[in-house]
Amino acid sequence: MRASHIHDDWGGAYIPEILHQTFLELNEQVGAARADASFWAEYQRLMAEYSCRPTPLTFAENLSKHFGGARIYIKREDLNHTGAHKANNVIGQGLLVQRMGKKRVIAETGAGQHGVACATMAAKFGFDCAIYMGAVDVQRQRPNVFWMEKLGAKVVAVEDGQRTLKDAINEAFRDWVTNVDTTHYVFGTACGPAPFPELVAWLQSIISKESIIQIRERCGKLPKRIYACVGGGSNALGAFYEYLDTDVELIGVEAGGDGLSTGRHAARLASDDASPGIAQGYKTMFLQNADGQMRETHSVAAGLDYVGVSPILVDLWQKKRVRFEAATDTEVMAALDLTVKKEGIIPALESAHAFVQAFKEAPSLSPDDAIIINMSGRGDKDIFTIASAYDDPSWRAFIIEKAAEYRQGGR
Amino acid sequence: MKLRAEIEKRRTAGRILLMTHIVLGYPSFAVNRQVIAQMVENGVDCIEMQIPFSEPMADGPIIAKACQASLASGCAVADCLAFGAEMAATHGIPFLYMTYANIIFKYGYPLFFAEARAAGIQGVIVPDMPPEMDDGFFAAAKENGVAPVLIFAPTSTDARMKELARHAEGFVYCAARRGVTGRKSSMDDQVLAYLRRCRATTELPLAVGFGIQTKDDIDALTGVADMAVIGSKTIQLVDSAGAAAVGPFIAQLRG
Repeated sequence: MRASHIHDDWGGAYIPEILHQTFLELNEQVGAARADASFWAEYQRLMAEYSCRPTPLTFAENLSKHFGGARIYIKREDLNHTGAHKANNVIGQGLLVQRMGKKRVIAETGAGQHGVACATMAAKFGFDCAIYMGAVDVQRQRPNVFWMEKLGAKVVAVEDGQRTLKDAINEAFRDWVTNVDTTHYVFGTACGPAPFPELVAWLQSIISKESIIQIRERCGKLPKRIYACVGGGSNALGAFYEYLDTDVELIGVEAGGDGLSTGRHAARLASDDASPGIAQGYKTMFLQNADGQMRETHSVAAGLDYVGVSPILVDLWQKKRVRFEAATDTEVMAALDLTVKKEGIIPALESAHAFVQAFKEAPSLSPDDAIIINMSGRGDKDIFTIASAYDDPSWRAFIIEKAAEYRQGGR
Repeated sequence: MKLRAEIEKRRTAGRILLMTHIVLGYPSFAVNRQVIAQMVENGVDCIEMQIPFSEPMADGPIIAKACQASLASGCAVADCLAFGAEMAATHGIPFLYMTYANIIFKYGYPLFFAEARAAGIQGVIVPDMPPEMDDGFFAAAKENGVAPVLIFAPTSTDARMKELARHAEGFVYCAARRGVTGRKSSMDDQVLAYLRRCRATTELPLAVGFGIQTKDDIDALTGVADMAVIGSKTIQLVDSAGAAAVGPFIAQLRG
């Protein structure tokens, strides 16, 4: 992405003075990496060897037939190591940390995907690792906590504020300002102070660098539309990146939660509820009250449950280059169910938001048109949440039985 | 700027000045009122009043939790500004606001600083508004005679300190060590060397805080700084022993 894609009004680096010098160095390292073709070559090699890249572009034949409109292709970021696009970002930043000579990494995590990916990277590169996670998310995403700890990371449950992603980010910043000499903060999404939005979007662009070749091979032309879910915005920016200068329609799908009219959602750009603000080191559209205090957000998908959004996406939204929609929790469960049944593919709850909007629009498109859904992650990590949402009786019985076993000290 | 003149005037008495801190609305404005009265009566020279923000990224657990509790009890920015005006009218020492950029950004820079001036507030400390992000903040503050106090950090180079000093007014707040507010550190040779570096890069008065608890801590600053900052200690004191404990604590610091 060229610098001209970033509007002066958004982003920035609203950081405490203690981080000033570190950001100077980080900007220098990022600039050097971007100017050095060997960095990207090394990154690509590592991603191929460690994380199954290039990920496939799967033709969803049954879903396409079911809707009778556009041919639906799914970009399979779920097939990355650790099961989501988050692997792209952490491996790239891991290479940067090596170049910077730091030995410790910290990260925030919402759904736990970025935390697991970061812990994996730290294990591979031999870094010490601490992961900050809101106490509410620790409860929601216990299996990921288990794996982070097994991977050798220290998981810190954050009890401040709403005890979700934004609070984990605040706590990670507090760690960073204390340990700035030894530590790199592996920001998980295309938000936060510059250069993180640009850096993360660039590393995630590996998604569209592959898909633009894959779709041309399969269809002989570019897709009509691309759909991606938007929490912080990194998978969406990665999926859109190489198409920004084309006429492909780009659609970001936010968390509609209980519905936009209820106020219980996390739709920054698809609703009228957000306004410009400065927090967590950057300027963007935040869900906040008139005083500038951040509001509670809601989504069935922990990874989308965030008050802010990438400043790069806000700019693209203002320029009408990316359209924003919202999917409700109920719609998400239905789309997930349909995808599992029709294709044998299990999207993460986050990714299922993109499927909702694609399914709404596919019937009105022609079979000559292809669309791509960016499947940012796999859903089996969400088994506790999804099983609860299904209210699945046999799962419930299993958990009750298992709990009784543990209570009796069995295994 | 009025704040700098006021500080320099108070310094002519020779002794090091004391700045204290409160979180507005925590545990209540009524208690804030008592605490401030005790601080002023016992010789505090300057008070920073923190307007709570939901994302206090540069604050440690004590202040962060106080901000959260204040917001949970319904504290609004308008209440804070009304209270600030009342304090500045009641007590004859300089008052400052400490907060985060978003609070002032949402209020509107010109309106916020015009109201601060009308209320008699002399300065503002905003840790997440570095001069290179300035989009009207500094001009609005200065036009209204509200001093934008900037923060030096141990990681700031000499060149960076000089650059910050170019934008700062009133005084410079020297964070004595890495990390968030509320952590104790000692006054060692490294801190002294850092404070000498601060002194060499600006003529503005220097305020410094590093978990000050005793008169000895304050004496250690004599000759290297102009003002000692008592941060989260008084919040802990009010939590554990009530507002009445603040007066004796300040008095023993003054010795």
